[in-house]
Order: sequence, then structure tokens, then C-alpha cells
Amino acid sequence: MTLPPDPKSISTVNYLNEEKTVASWFFTHDHKRIALLYLASITFFFLLGGVAAMLMRIELIHPRGELFTSTTYNKLFTLHGVIMVWFFLIPSIPNVLGNFLIPMMIGARDMAFPRLNLISWYVFMLGGLFAVFAILVGGVDTGWTFYTPYSSTYSNSWVIAMAVGIFINGFSSIFTGLNFIVTVHKLRAPGMTWFRLPLFVWTLYSTSLIFVLATPVLAITLTLVALERGFGIGIFDPRIGGDPLLFQHLFWFYSHPAVYIMVLPAMGVISELIAAFARNRVFGYNFVVYASLGIAFLGFLVWGHHMFVSGQSVYAGMIFSLLSFFVAIPSAIKVFNWTATLYKGSITFDTPLLYALGFIALFTIGGMTGLMLASLAVDVHVTATYFVVAHFHYIMVGGAVMAYLGGIHYWFPKITGRMYPETLARWAAIILFIGFNLTFFPMFILGYMGMPRRYHVYPEEFQMLNFISTIGTPVLGIGYLLPLIYLGWASFFGRLAGPNPWNATGLEWQTPSPPPKENFAEIPVVTTEPYAYHLLPEAAGIHQETHDR
Amino acid sequence: MTFPLLPYEDSSYAARVDGIFVSLLVLCTVITLGVFAVIIAFCIRYRRGSPADRSHRPSESTQIAVEFAWIILPLLIFIGLFIWAGNVYFEMFSPPADGVAIYVIGKQWMWKIEHATGQREINQLHIPIDRNIVLTMTSQDVIHDFDVPAFRIKHDVLPGRYNTMWFKATKTGTYHLFCGQYCGDFHSLMVGDVIAMSPTDYAAWLQGHGEGTSDTLAADGSRAFHALGCSGCHEGSQVVHAPSLNGLYDEPVPLQSGQVVRADDTFLRDMILQPAKNVPAGYQPIMPSYQGLVTEEQIVSLIAYIKSQKSAASADNPTHP
Repeated sequence: MTLPPDPKSISTVNYLNEEKTVASWFFTHDHKRIALLYLASITFFFLLGGVAAMLMRIELIHPRGELFTSTTYNKLFTLHGVIMVWFFLIPSIPNVLGNFLIPMMIGARDMAFPRLNLISWYVFMLGGLFAVFAILVGGVDTGWTFYTPYSSTYSNSWVIAMAVGIFINGFSSIFTGLNFIVTVHKLRAPGMTWFRLPLFVWTLYSTSLIFVLATPVLAITLTLVALERGFGIGIFDPRIGGDPLLFQHLFWFYSHPAVYIMVLPAMGVISELIAAFARNRVFGYNFVVYASLGIAFLGFLVWGHHMFVSGQSVYAGMIFSLLSFFVAIPSAIKVFNWTATLYKGSITFDTPLLYALGFIALFTIGGMTGLMLASLAVDVHVTATYFVVAHFHYIMVGGAVMAYLGGIHYWFPKITGRMYPETLARWAAIILFIGFNLTFFPMFILGYMGMPRRYHVYPEEFQMLNFISTIGTPVLGIGYLLPLIYLGWASFFGRLAGPNPWNATGLEWQTPSPPPKENFAEIPVVTTEPYAYHLLPEAAGIHQETHDR
Repeated sequence: MTFPLLPYEDSSYAARVDGIFVSLLVLCTVITLGVFAVIIAFCIRYRRGSPADRSHRPSESTQIAVEFAWIILPLLIFIGLFIWAGNVYFEMFSPPADGVAIYVIGKQWMWKIEHATGQREINQLHIPIDRNIVLTMTSQDVIHDFDVPAFRIKHDVLPGRYNTMWFKATKTGTYHLFCGQYCGDFHSLMVGDVIAMSPTDYAAWLQGHGEGTSDTLAADGSRAFHALGCSGCHEGSQVVHAPSLNGLYDEPVPLQSGQVVRADDTFLRDMILQPAKNVPAGYQPIMPSYQGLVTEEQIVSLIAYIKSQKSAASADNPTHP
């Protein structure tokens, strides 16, 4: 499957073993070590959010909701939403894979601001501390959307503590965004022009623009909620002169672009994986680049599609609907280009590609149902039902998490210097795909049948579909736990990978695995486009024999 | 004839919404399966080691042509979808003038319904089929959402303002009423029934629930109008310069600011709670706010009373514009 590792390239001194003290990890400025700090933290948060989801699914087997009280159930879905959105999905690909790879992909020795990078992790953990504190002392029951005046006046839960956690967390995003933008602008290796950047870097650049421009609005919004809740200043509650819809406008002005924070990096990973395993240039590279920037821009103009039945003006609804159709175009461009990249390729079906294909399938379904939600009259019926729940889980779990795991597998040899067990990994990817669809597909039907989201007790006619969905969760859970276990094992006992086990293009593969502390002994000079698979010797047929299975 | 996986289609919108949805479903399924088929075909044909021909990759100009094709084609389809679905949406939120007017007040965690004829219900809404039903809705506390899936319609119910939605039920039956916007502890118990009845059954229901015996909403409003002291200024007082409210409802009101607004439900509600917000031209802002002194139910009945004074006024004076 892969070239035998060249013993001379196995680095003996690398970023992992160069220093071994605990302090060398907690005070590191190395972007690769910081990526691993993030990896450990977000894995913890993912498990926390996942347990909450499991408990909800178990509860929903029964239509009368007999396991928990309504209050507990409401706190569970709030916990699940807040943790998964801000403490897992948003930092997942940017802070783990982005941190690890951006400097390596552009031929730099580290981020532009290594200390800021470390601070960003500490700020993230401080935010996480507040969130965990809010959960431990009693939880929050507002939903991750914090709609006012419920959150600002009526809720009897730990809203301010959680809001402080998210507020602090936002600064971690802003720091990371700033760092990425400056790094990509200033630290590209000689010859690494903008249009030679790997697509992964382009998507993270676009994501960083959103980080920097949108996150402050979230901070403002949460501050206003806290001001109303803590000091009774009338901003959102009409009884004291506020406007409840103002909150929704502010919140979605951040949170819709935040959806693209979650999915743009995933798209970047997929572009890398498809090119590497189809051994082909990415079809329409320029179009894919402009599609990323287009998504980042249009993403700021569609927030009102969350508010079609909120009481905002009908004309505003019309404009937001049209713009939401427009934002689907760049996503469609990407799907078509990935498909076309397979054309005349030389495809191997290693685990990362299985994840990539799974991503395309689930993301396409998520995107198509997004079109249905953009269609105004249909949205009126299905908004705030399980249809929406299914739609965004297809995008964020089927899309973003699949891509994250695909990326983790693809770059695992670079990160650890070792290979994961391929057969087991393929099975895990397939189990994950089946479990995901079993869990979330029934929700589309539930939603169109009319089942509202955030319902602890529901009419009996919805039980069968809820039951099927719950059956899917353990399968999905196994799909997540398997990689956690075998990747953990392979980090120490996997066979050595060598510098470039996939024989892929990209500067990160020109370093030893694991890379040394400053990545490149000598800053490389870039002379070709990315994904120049047609220039590799194998393209002339030299490697055909060794690669046949 | 309903699609087996769709809920009942029992309103004037249901068939149209389902029409759009099913068309979208077919369109999206065809595109999705098309993409999947191409991916699978490529994966098989161009697997490593296959004998497929890999020379003559598409030229730069072919690539650009292909890109533009798959940008422009979806764009045209999307614009078509937008117009189709937008059209129905526009109608959903443009209430007709001739509907049966019903007031809905949401509160944690129940629905209070008030019929113009005086019937009051909790978590139940009785309506006649084949007539336009216009709901004027407000909330006493947080945001709720009046959601009737069988009618394919929902709308948020906000505190501090009236939102309107309308529909026409086409089949008799009992349908779920849900709160569609998360509103706290017992959100999932803020449910009820919409009972759509034939015109004769509906008439009988109105009779059986006090038509002619108990007071109408307007009569309640008249009592509140006097009890709260509104009549002291607004009914023929010589001491205080306050406008008469006879015939006011739905008329244009010139404001001091130069704006002209319509005296609809929201305007009247605002005048009661925040009189300083819109000061009518020619009057001093001397009216006190009734914030905290009136309940949502009283406001609804006061509006019904003012509305009834409109019909009384036009009956008194047929030449009134």
C-alpha cells in the first residue's frame, strides 16, 4: 500500500521527544504541540457533549419522557449544543489540524505569533472552565441559542456563567483567526504564491476572516444578555422597553457565519484527501478558492433565514431566502469539483478517502435539505422541527466531524510518525457512516411529520421513528470510540510511517515524521502548483507495480 | 390523497406546501443520486490499477466551460424555487380582511384563546372549516410559537407585539397544536388541539359555549374601558383634551412627528402601554402608561371594544368616510 519507510528519514529527534517535561508541553510555543493540547481538550469536550446526546436519545425512546424531568432534559440539550458548537466543532479542524498544518503547508517554522497561539489555548481552557462550572453547579436550560427574553429574564439557571464561558472562548477564536491571517500573509515560503496555496490553507484563511469579523458580535450579544439579566437594563425584554427580535438578529449575525466556521475547514480537508487518494490535481482549483471566499462573504448576509417565522418583515424574509439560495452555489461548486477530481484519477480506498466520500454523501444530503429550508413556504412548516435538527447534523456531524476524522487519519502518520491499523480503520469509517444515517435520517421524516425540536414529551405517533433514531446512537458511538482506541494505541505501537506514507504532494510531507521542532531545517522553495500529482514519477507508470494490490 | 410519509393535509396551504416540498424532494433526490452515481462510476473506473484510459484530461477551456455550466444551471433552478416558495409565503403572511378574528395569548405554559363572540378556551381552538381564520397573537412572557403541522403553518408569538397568521382548514378533525419555540421547563407540554368543525357543528358549539348568554369580548372591553378609567378622558370629557375613540379602528392617524400610522391592533396596544411612543397630532402626551395595570386579556378586550365602536360609529353615521 505504501512505500517502505526510508530508515534515514525517520527522525530521531522530533517535536514530540525533544523535550519531555510537563512544563515543556504547557509552556510550549511550538504550533504542533499546541495542536496536540487542543486535540486532548476538544476530545474531552466531544465526549462530554456526546454523553449528553446519548442520554437524550435514551430518554426519547419513551414518548412520556420518564427518565428525566423536563428541566434536566432541557439542560441536557443546552449542554450538548453549547459544548459541541463552541468547545468542539468551532475549534476542531482549525485549532488541531490548522495549527499543526498551516505553518508546515506554507513552508514556515511556526505561526507568526507563537505566544499568542499558546495564549489562545489557555483562553480556550478558561472559557471551558466557566462552561464546566456552569454545568456542574446546576446547568443552563436556555438552549444553545439563548433566545431572549427567556435567557435574559425568565430562566432560573446559570446563564451568566455559561455566557462568560462562551464570551472568553470567543477570544480564543479571535486570536487564532488573527494568527492564521498574519501567518498566511507573512510567512509563506519563497515561491509559495497565493494560488499555489493548498486548498486547506485557503479555507482556513476564509474561516479566519469569519473568526475575526463575526466573533466580536457574539461577545457583544452575550454582554447585552448579561446586562439585562444582571442589571435589568431593558434591551431585549419588551416589559422593560427592549426588543426580543434584536437578540435574534445579533445572535444569528454571528451564528450563521459560525456554521461556515465549522464547515469551511472541513471542505479544505476534503480537497486535500480527494486529491491525495485520486492522485489528481483538484479540478477547478481557482473556482474552489473563490468558492471558499464567496462562502465566507455570503455567509454574513443570510442570518435572517433563521427567522422566517419570527415576525421579521415578510420582505426581509424574501431577501434572506434569495441570498440563502445564492450561498448554496459555492458549496455546490465544491461538490462538483471534488467529483470531477476523481475523473481520470488513480484512486485508492484508504480510510481517509472513505471519510471523504462519506463527507460528500452526507454533506450533499445536508445541503439539499438546506435548499428546502431556504424555500420560504416549506421552511414555515419545517423550521423548529426535527427536520432542522437532521439538516444541521448532516452538515456538522456528517460533514464537519467526518472531515475532521478523515483529516486526523490522513495526517496521523505525520503527527505521530506511525501508521494506524488500516483494516480496522476502514471498518470504523463504515460503522460510523451507517450509525450516523440510522440516527439522523429518521429525524427528517419526524420533522416533516411535525415533531417540534426540544420536546421532552411528544405524541405517541412519533415513537417508532424516535426509537429507530435511538437504535442508531450506539452504532454511531462505536464508530467514534473505535478510532479513539486504535489511534491511541497506534500512537505508541503502530508501525513506523516514514516521511510520506501516502506519497502525497504538499510541503508537510517533505519533512520527517514526526517533524522536528521547527519543521524545516532549510526553508523550502516552491516551484510547482499544489497537487502536482501529474508531475510525480508514478504518473509515468513507474510506480504502478508497487502500488497494485 | 396524501403521500404516505407526509402528515395530514388539512388546510388551504397544505397541498401547496407539499407540492413545493415533493417537487424539491424529487429534484434533490435526482441531483443527489446523480452525483452519487457519477462518484461511484469514477471510483470503479479509475481505481488504481484499472486499465481505464487516463490520457486526454480536460483542457483548461473545457474546465472553465464546465464550471460555468454548473454554476449557472443551479442558479436558474434556485431562482425558480425562490419565486415559487416565496409566493406562497407572501400569501401566508398577508391576512385577508374577512376572516374570523380570534385572539391568542401564549404564556408559560398554556395557550389562551379568545373568540370575538366571547368564548374563551385554554389549549383548544375550535374553528369552522372553509372559512378564513385570522389569529392575532401575543405572549405574556417569553417567545412562543403557534404551530399546527397539519395546516403547514406556524408563527412565533412574541411578547410586546401582535403577530398575525391566517389559514383555512379544509377538513373536519382534531389536530395537534404545538408550541414551536422553546419556552422553558414545560415547553413540550404547551400543546393542545385545534378542532376544525363543520359550519353547523361550529354554530352549535358557539351556542353551547355561551353565545348570547355570556358577554362578548367587546362587552368585556366596554366594562374594562370604564373600570380602568379610560372613559374619563376618552368619552366626552370637557376637562381633558383626549381624542374620542369612536370609529377610530383601522383609520389613518396623523402623528405629531408628521408620520401617519394605521390604528390597528398593535397601534392601540402601544397607545395603552407606551402612550409616549406615538403622539397623535394636535394632542399633548398626557396619557399615563397602563404598563403593569392591565392584563393581556384586558388589552385584547379593549381593542375589541374600540373595534366595535367602529361598527357602531358607521351604523350611527352612514356617511362617515
